[in-house]
Amino acid sequence: MPAVEATTPAIRKTALHPVHRQMGAKMVEFNGWEMPVEYPSAGGIMAEHKAVRTGVGIFDVSHMGDIRLAGPQALAAVQHISMNDASRLAIGQAQYSALLYPEGTFVDDVVVHRLGEEEYLLVINAGTREKDFNWVRDHTRQFNCKVENLSDDFTQIAIQGPKAANLLQKLTDADLSAVKFYWVTRGTVCGLKNTLIARTGYTGEDGFEIYIPSDEPTSARVWNQILEAGKEFGVVPCGLGARNTLRLEARLPLYGHEISDTINVWEAGLDRFCKMEKADFIGRASLEKAKADGTKRALVGLEMLDRGIARDGYKVLDLTGREIGYVTSGSPAPFLKKNIALAYVPSAFVPLGTELKVEIRGQGVKAQVVPTPFYRKPKTT
Amino acid sequence: MPFPTDYKYTKEHEWIKADGGSAMVGITSHAQESLGDIVFVDLPKPGAEITSGKTFGSVESVKAVSDLYAPVSGTVTEVNGELATAPEKINQDAHSAWMIKITIKDPAQLDSLLSAADYEKFVAEEGGH
Repeated sequence: MPAVEATTPAIRKTALHPVHRQMGAKMVEFNGWEMPVEYPSAGGIMAEHKAVRTGVGIFDVSHMGDIRLAGPQALAAVQHISMNDASRLAIGQAQYSALLYPEGTFVDDVVVHRLGEEEYLLVINAGTREKDFNWVRDHTRQFNCKVENLSDDFTQIAIQGPKAANLLQKLTDADLSAVKFYWVTRGTVCGLKNTLIARTGYTGEDGFEIYIPSDEPTSARVWNQILEAGKEFGVVPCGLGARNTLRLEARLPLYGHEISDTINVWEAGLDRFCKMEKADFIGRASLEKAKADGTKRALVGLEMLDRGIARDGYKVLDLTGREIGYVTSGSPAPFLKKNIALAYVPSAFVPLGTELKVEIRGQGVKAQVVPTPFYRKPKTT
Repeated sequence: MPFPTDYKYTKEHEWIKADGGSAMVGITSHAQESLGDIVFVDLPKPGAEITSGKTFGSVESVKAVSDLYAPVSGTVTEVNGELATAPEKINQDAHSAWMIKITIKDPAQLDSLLSAADYEKFVAEEGGH
């Protein structure tokens, strides 16, 4: 290899890194971060995935970034750089949204939280932290609002699964039953006053994400306290492996896969999070034109009919063997016990039930277009 | 980690148990551990020729695909069909979950493979990187 070390940034670690190591987690590099992919002591990806579907699991998601916008024109700034309508947010409410390039393609997808009258928090992806912050800063200069990168300030822990509320309620004075999905509150968590608690996640289950100080002792103490308090619910620590299979079953997009700087909002099927009727925002004009031109490809869910597992980047073929698209994410689905994938295909192949093939090691293996999300959490009463 | 001493091993983490001119081939307990939950095995059909050092199939965990490398050259005589429906057997007992049976083309090729002790040392060194 040529001498590239000088320009390769050092691999980053979260404050919980020593804890993961101590727990025997298998570590991998993900977008420049050394993160746990699974915890063999917890049973590995399959067991972690099932725990989140049926009980509760916790994830270190401190690699996610956070951008705070505050000031008299914070709302106008957020509206300008994001595709959803932040004016609809009450204080304490959150929404899924995205930052777009003028072309209508993705800078990143984000969760916008309205924390105060004039205060918003954007939670962004690990791999796009610097890019996102620069983008937000550079494109909000005309607004009277302060933009801060808080990415290194928080250890972010996700507590996910049907038992997540039971578990977290043991550790906080906040009334979690009063917090609806995609709302936030503040409360004392594990003795930490005024902790931000969001009822959000990336698993297709109910769950919470808490934001605590990013020093190692505090992070380790809270992580261990959650595991201890969760014993009665069968809590397990979960790595990025289960995070990926869980989000895939729920059809939640991953940057660099389902969404990227070459894929637009319509293609990704994220129409309902893009509010064309609100005032102008970056990307809007291109999206209007793209809509008028008609979408030529779309993201579909696939289920393998014959033996074989579709993987990220594999080619999609029509039944005659002609290449028509590609797989963005593919994996065995641990809870559904099927081999599933998301793929971009031309519009003619979008109807449910359409049969096509995925090229696996030179062989076309039959698959079928199926409804998504592949998994939907059971309705609670 | 106990590796059977009557097996030979490759640096790609396959094992081979030879018995005269025939042999069984599988992957090591170390390999299954680093792969995690195995969900899929793709193996050649009886009659297929395999070549020392070349891939003869693949094994997939939830997360990853790994190629299988032939420890020696030979002809496949039998495939462990049980692994098609129960690939987790490899996680449970990698050293008895054989994948293919072969007739060995040149028994001398076995001599270039690792002994249990050498393989254990190799794994320890590899893990230390």
